Formats: sequence, C-alpha cells, structure tokens
Amino acid sequence: MFDFLDGYDLLGAFWLTVQLTFWSALGSLVWGTLLAAMRVGPVPLMRAFGTAYVTIVRNIPLTVIIVFTSLGLFQTLGVSLGADRFTTINFRLAVLGLTAYTSAFVCEALRSGINTVPLGQVEAARAIGLSFPQTLRIVVLPQAFRSVVGPLANVLIALTKNTTVAAAIGVAEAALLMREMIENEAQLILISAIFAFGFICLTLPTGLLLGRLARKVAVKR
Amino acid sequence: MSRSGDEAGERPGKDAGERPGTSAAENATRDAGNPAGKDAGKRSGKDAGSPAGKGAGKRPGTGEPATVLYDVPGPRARRRNLLWTVLFLAALAAAVWWVIDGLAAKNQLEAAKWEPFFTDGRAWETYLLPALRNTVVAAGLAMLLALPLGALLGIARLSDHRAVRAGAGTVVEFFRAIPVLILMLFANAAYAEFTDISPETRPLYAVVTGLVLYNASVLAEVVRAGILALPAGQTDAAKAIGMRKGQTMAYVLLPQSVTAMLPALVSQLVVIVKDTALGGAMLGFAELLASVRPMSANYGANTIACFTVVAVLFVLLNLALTTFASWLERRLRRGRRSTGAVVTASAVDDLAAPGPGEPDAPRGPDRREP
Repeated sequence: MFDFLDGYDLLGAFWLTVQLTFWSALGSLVWGTLLAAMRVGPVPLMRAFGTAYVTIVRNIPLTVIIVFTSLGLFQTLGVSLGADRFTTINFRLAVLGLTAYTSAFVCEALRSGINTVPLGQVEAARAIGLSFPQTLRIVVLPQAFRSVVGPLANVLIALTKNTTVAAAIGVAEAALLMREMIENEAQLILISAIFAFGFICLTLPTGLLLGRLARKVAVKR
Repeated sequence: MSRSGDEAGERPGKDAGERPGTSAAENATRDAGNPAGKDAGKRSGKDAGSPAGKGAGKRPGTGEPATVLYDVPGPRARRRNLLWTVLFLAALAAAVWWVIDGLAAKNQLEAAKWEPFFTDGRAWETYLLPALRNTVVAAGLAMLLALPLGALLGIARLSDHRAVRAGAGTVVEFFRAIPVLILMLFANAAYAEFTDISPETRPLYAVVTGLVLYNASVLAEVVRAGILALPAGQTDAAKAIGMRKGQTMAYVLLPQSVTAMLPALVSQLVVIVKDTALGGAMLGFAELLASVRPMSANYGANTIACFTVVAVLFVLLNLALTTFASWLERRLRRGRRSTGAVVTASAVDDLAAPGPGEPDAPRGPDRREP
C-alpha cells in the first residue's frame, strides 16, 4: 500500500521543514526583540523605523517576500549569504525571508507583553538609576517574555506552517515534495493524508507543550 | 495598578478570559479611580498600544512624550539620544546606499524600467488591474464562503451535544494545524482528478477551496469567541422569556456576536488577501504576485520595479482593510446599543493556531496571524 513512497525522501523533507522553522524562529526571536526594543525606546528615529517596519512587513504577503529574496536579492543584487550551492543559497534566502516576516509578529507579541509588566517595576528600576537598556534587559524583558510564551507559541506554530512557502523558491521541504509526489503518483488522498499528518505532528505538540510551559512560567500577579 | 484589570482579562479558563473587549475599558476606569492619578494617563496611553503615549501622556512644558519605560530626557540623555539617532541614521543610510548602489549596478533604477507604471496606462490595464481583480475576487469569494461555514462550525463547537461538539472541534483543529498551501495543493490535484473543471479556472477553485477550509476553521474560533464574549445575561434573559436553544442562538446571540466580531472578521480578510499570493507562486493563479514575471519580461527585466509596485499594492489594500477594521472597532465600542463585547482584530492571531493556550494572550498592540 505504501510502495509509492519508495524513492521519496519523506523524512528528509520534513527534516528540512524543521530546520527552516528552527533557524527562522531563532532569527526572528532576536530581530523581533530588537524591533520591540526600538519601538518602546527613547530614540524617536528608531521608534519610527520599528513602526514602519512592522506596518509594512505585516501587510506584504510572505510569498511576495520569499519570492523577492530569490528574484530580487539573489538574482538581481547577487546576495548569496555566503553559500555557493543553489540548494544552500535558497535555504538561507528562505530563512532570511521567514525571519524578516516573522520578526514583525514577534515584535508585536513582545510589545503586548511589555504592556503587562506592572508600572511599579519600571518605576523602581528607574528609581535605582538603571538606564533604559538596563531597565529593559534586567527588569522588563524577563517578565515580558514569561507572559508572552503563549502568543509566541502561536507565532511559532504559524511559522512552522509558513515554512511551506519556501517551496515557492524551490527549497525541498515538505510542500514541494508533496507537489512532486502528487504529480507523479496516483495516490492523491493517501499522499495528502501523510503530509497533513506530518504537519499535525509538528504543530499540535508544539501548541500543547508550549501552552503548558506558558502556564508554568506565567508571572502570578 | 492596572494589573487587576489585565488579570481579569487574561486568566485562562475563566469566562473573563474570553472577553478581550472589556479589559481596556476596565483599565481606564480603574486608572481613573486610582490615587496615583498622575501616572494613570501615562499608563493608559501605553496600554493603548503606543509606547509614546498619545497626547494624554504628554508632560507640560516639554515636547517629549512621557512614558514609563524611560525618563523625560535631560541634557545628557538628549545628547545620548542624538548620538543614537546619528548612528542609526548612518547605519540606515549605509544600508540604503548599498541597495541603491547594487540596483544601479544592475541598471534597475533606469527611468525606463519604472516609467511603464507611471506614464503608461497599458501596464495597469494589461497586467496589474486584471491581477488585482483576481486577488480581490479570490479573497472575496473565500471570505463569503468561509463565513457561513465558520459560523456553522463555531456554533457546532458550542453545542450541548458532545458528539456535535467533538466533531466540529476535530474539523476545526485539523484544518488549523495544516498549512494552507498543503490544502491548496490537495484541492488543485483533487479538482484535476475528480472533476472536469477547466485547467484555466482550476487554480482559482483550488485557491478559494484551500482558503475556505483553513479560514472557516479560524473563523469558527472567532465566532465562538464572539458568542462567548456576550454577557451571560443575554442567554439567561432569552431562557427566561421561554426561547428555545435554536431561537436563543438565532435571535439573541448570533446577531449581537456578529457586530462584536466584525473587527476580527475584517482583520481575517487581510490574512486571506495575503494568502492568495500562494496561489500565484505555486498553482499558476494569475494574481498580483504572478503578474511580476510577465511584466518584468515585457518591460526589460525591471524585476525590482515590478516587485515594488506589487508590494505597494498589497500594502495599500491591506492597510485599507486594517484601517476599516479599527474604525469599526472604535465605532462598536462607542455604540450605545451594543453589549460592549468586541472581539478585537488582534484576537485573530491567537485563534489561528491549534491547541489551547490562547486565552492568556496579553492584549495591547495590534497582533495578527503571521
């Protein structure tokens, strides 16, 4: 019944999906935090930049961004991100695109977390003479992160699903393999069920585990 | 100080957790009644999602907006801010210079490559407007079909019968856990195999089907949240005057929840509009993104110009929707006849992911589904 699977690297494709998710999640966590810091910071220009970045990036389809990394960044501007093989270049471009897109959502999630930190915490931090970066790093962000584990988990799940868009620039992840298999094999329902199951295996546990973590680390106030 | 208000809105499991609409108002009233009145303005300004605090938080005598995260800058802080501004500007300028330099080296900035979009109507008539129409048609159709389906699923999830509840729950959780692209690919192949829809219209069918399956399950959660956001007294009153379950839903709960969830619904439209681009990239659906290739082929490889125009069109389309959603939200909150329950536009992103964990989402800045 599953003979048609021979010759296809199903696990490899899903492994690539996981890798895309991991690196993009890491990248967008860093860049998203920086963006959030800019947006709540004292420098007006940085605030404006953060706001503009989030507004623009969130309203452009991810597909446009990913296709642009290939057609615009790589083929026109020659950005290859230090790779020389096409597969590696496309993978890194996809990570770049996913990071650029997802960090806007991480930024907004984090910003709403910063809003939940009690006023007194920040005032106390200022009262003992902490500078803005210190206030953010030592007092505000640790508490903000704990309260946004749930929303960040949702962003991570959405990111996992969004990695399929990388298929648009030929990254050999799950969705691209699915399209190839559908074209070559006469097992549409079964193939689709396998890929659906694969993604459920990736997204559902993430939601459950991080949902539990969110309740565990949430600051009891 | 405003913690207590936030808390009521965020505890998972409690009814209050389903009422994102009330917490901001609660905060405001709590803040107003607080002895530390001078801080209240600042905090509520921050709660409204703007770290700079709009208007209300301004301290007299300075142009600087007040915020809790940093003090009003003195002479040294102002110098430091200036230094940061200059450094950031330099970094930004370097990046912009690098891009412009690279583009100029590839002749992407020639006037001839941008002209077709400004001086000539043909680029719009031949490529952009038909593509834009396809995008809007696909998004509109998907919304029209997903809405009733989503409402049905959402109501089914609130059913008194366990079997109905479980069935609807399974469907919703299933489709929320799967990437919309997988659904589109499946729909495309399924239409090719089992129906005789012509290959020209098949991409539209596939895109709309994928979008409907995915968004109906997200909207089901929005509808559920909208109904749960209504005050419990509504159901009690309906029961008291002898309405049956179906009547309560049809005449009391649903009409009110529709107004409550309108902002979230409009906000979901943005997600749908953005996802139509998947059809262009992967299924050969002739929407905005797909118009880039024929356009750049026709106008001398002006890839960057084409991408810029398409991106700007998407941003404008979605900004129009977002602005409409927030205008609607403000209007609904003000409305005297409403129950005050509003499912905010920012609720959408938390409802789009499978599994539990959404009720404890902190509210504030506008957050949508990635």
